[in-house]
Amino acid sequence: MSPLQTFQFALAGLSANKLRSALTTLGILIGVGSVILLVAVGNGSSQSVQNAISSLGATSITVLHTQGSASGNSSSSASTAFAEPKDLTVQDAQALAAADGVASASPVVSTSQTLSNGGTSDTGVSVTGTYPSYFAAENDTISQGAYFTQQQVDKAQAVVVLGSQAATDLFGTTNPVGQSVLVAGIPFTVVGVLASKGSSGLGSADNTAIAPLTTVQAKLTGFGTLNNIVVLAKSAGQVSAVEGQVTSVLDQRHGETSADADFSVFSASTVLSTASSTSHTFTVLLGAVAAISLLVGGIGITNIMLVTVTERTREIGIRKAIGATPGVILAQFLTEATLLSMIGGLLGVLAGVVGSRFQVVGVKPVIVPFSIPLALGFSVVIGLFFGGFPANRAAGMRPADALRYE
Amino acid sequence: MAGGPHPVGGPHPVIRIVSVAKVYGAGQAAVHALRGVSLDVLTMDYVAIMGASGSGKSTLMNIIGCLDVPSEGRFLIDGIDTSSLDEQQLAVVRNRKIGFVFQSFNLIPRMSALRNVELPLSYAGVKPAGRRRRAEAALRLVGLGDRLNSQPKQLSGGQQQRVAVARALVTNPALILADEPTGNLDSKASHDLMGVFDQLNAAGRTVVLITHEADVAAHAKRVIQVQDGHIVADRRVAEPGDLPPLLTRQGVPS
Repeated sequence: MSPLQTFQFALAGLSANKLRSALTTLGILIGVGSVILLVAVGNGSSQSVQNAISSLGATSITVLHTQGSASGNSSSSASTAFAEPKDLTVQDAQALAAADGVASASPVVSTSQTLSNGGTSDTGVSVTGTYPSYFAAENDTISQGAYFTQQQVDKAQAVVVLGSQAATDLFGTTNPVGQSVLVAGIPFTVVGVLASKGSSGLGSADNTAIAPLTTVQAKLTGFGTLNNIVVLAKSAGQVSAVEGQVTSVLDQRHGETSADADFSVFSASTVLSTASSTSHTFTVLLGAVAAISLLVGGIGITNIMLVTVTERTREIGIRKAIGATPGVILAQFLTEATLLSMIGGLLGVLAGVVGSRFQVVGVKPVIVPFSIPLALGFSVVIGLFFGGFPANRAAGMRPADALRYE
Repeated sequence: MAGGPHPVGGPHPVIRIVSVAKVYGAGQAAVHALRGVSLDVLTMDYVAIMGASGSGKSTLMNIIGCLDVPSEGRFLIDGIDTSSLDEQQLAVVRNRKIGFVFQSFNLIPRMSALRNVELPLSYAGVKPAGRRRRAEAALRLVGLGDRLNSQPKQLSGGQQQRVAVARALVTNPALILADEPTGNLDSKASHDLMGVFDQLNAAGRTVVLITHEADVAAHAKRVIQVQDGHIVADRRVAEPGDLPPLLTRQGVPS
């Protein structure tokens, strides 16, 4: 018996009961398709989280003011009370900028304000007051106009760089550069528009307005504590060393231990590793759920092959009587089972690939390449494993008994 | 002398059954289907084995067909002792030495007549071109040269049984073993089919028929009666080298 002949017999056996074969194949199709699709969804969501976080800047470190006076205008009587948290100041930022491995340290105040241009207004825009070095630290790129300069910061000029979302909301398609915009009723001149950073899953990063620190403090927030300081490390490799530097410099300046620190330090890379391990768990979980459906599909194969073998007992008897060896019968039924699972697997790959072109619950699936051969290989193994028992039963039948079977 | 070379030219035993017994079950429930049967069938012979149901003739047929093995005694086919063979080797013996014709035709459904006849050649490993040529020749020999591509369900009972005969002889076996071949046929189809067996025997094939019908057994050169697991009568009508008795009397049937 040539393998081709075995294959032809198996194909004939399957086509004898097309509906049944198709339904069995469907079980494997769903299993393989969902493995590929769900792993792609897990992978896609993990990539979008990673993109969002890395858009914050892989080499930037954020010093966040904690326990502090939330409203900026409170006076800082820092030296009196022991437990009283100190403000995060521009001097802190300058001290950090001088530390080893630090490229820049940008002091940041932020507030949420209404922006308006004539009759058009945009509420809840995140207004940030900072230094020009902030743009590099945040991976912001300009699409129209220019960043504001340090001179403009020093002179506290009323200039603003708009995020792409804020720019379209207020100006539509016209070029906003050089135009005037009211921020909480105070006129600012637009000098630039940022390129879109896209929705990060952490809120729109584009509905923003960035202005000089001095201007924002003078006109909007007052001269209280900074909300945070964005420190840019000279290279990604120095990030953890710089984190340590930042902590010790601030501890020293604020005269406190880490236990009662009035600030917290985090870098995009630490967030990134936490988030990617979370989303890895998510991917594995989705894959496991899908693998269970593949297993169920495999049991479907066993079930249908057992029915087939019983139904075709007489045929098996005839084949044995005219000279089919147990090995030939085993090969025929194993081939049938494996064909079922392979056809299901191939269609499942197709379904998974097609399905992952669509957004699934707001996530753009990204196919993990190895999931395709893995799912296909697994489906073949399932065919061999779950087809093995019925095929063995067929091969072991005694010809005299099988022929007598009605 | 079993298994040794046979005298050239003269008739030699295709089948040698030596004190074969077959017991199903064990202890109190044991059924003795055969109780020590000895029988030789020579080449070119045409043997009818007769008996009522429960006589042991089906068990005898299963043993002759290598579908079952004896509990005691020895069974040799074409000089090969089957008692030492495993299931794999028995399958090869069935393929090379025996051509089966069953009462219920036992063609594989959804396979054309040609494919059904090719099947034993497939299992023997014959190449596709040779398979097709030999299967076509066998079908032409049984008068079905024009129904090569018909499915079994498109054929009448008599035609199906002739496909089965073509399948039985396509491997050029030492023995054609037919179990109640006319049992499911009307008298006209039965008559035609027995004519095919007569011609095959006249052409030198060894044929063993299992039957309970006297008019079927009348075609044979030797009639053996089985009862309660014993051979109770063994009547020779014609010598193995002669023409089958009904073929000589009636001339060549159509």
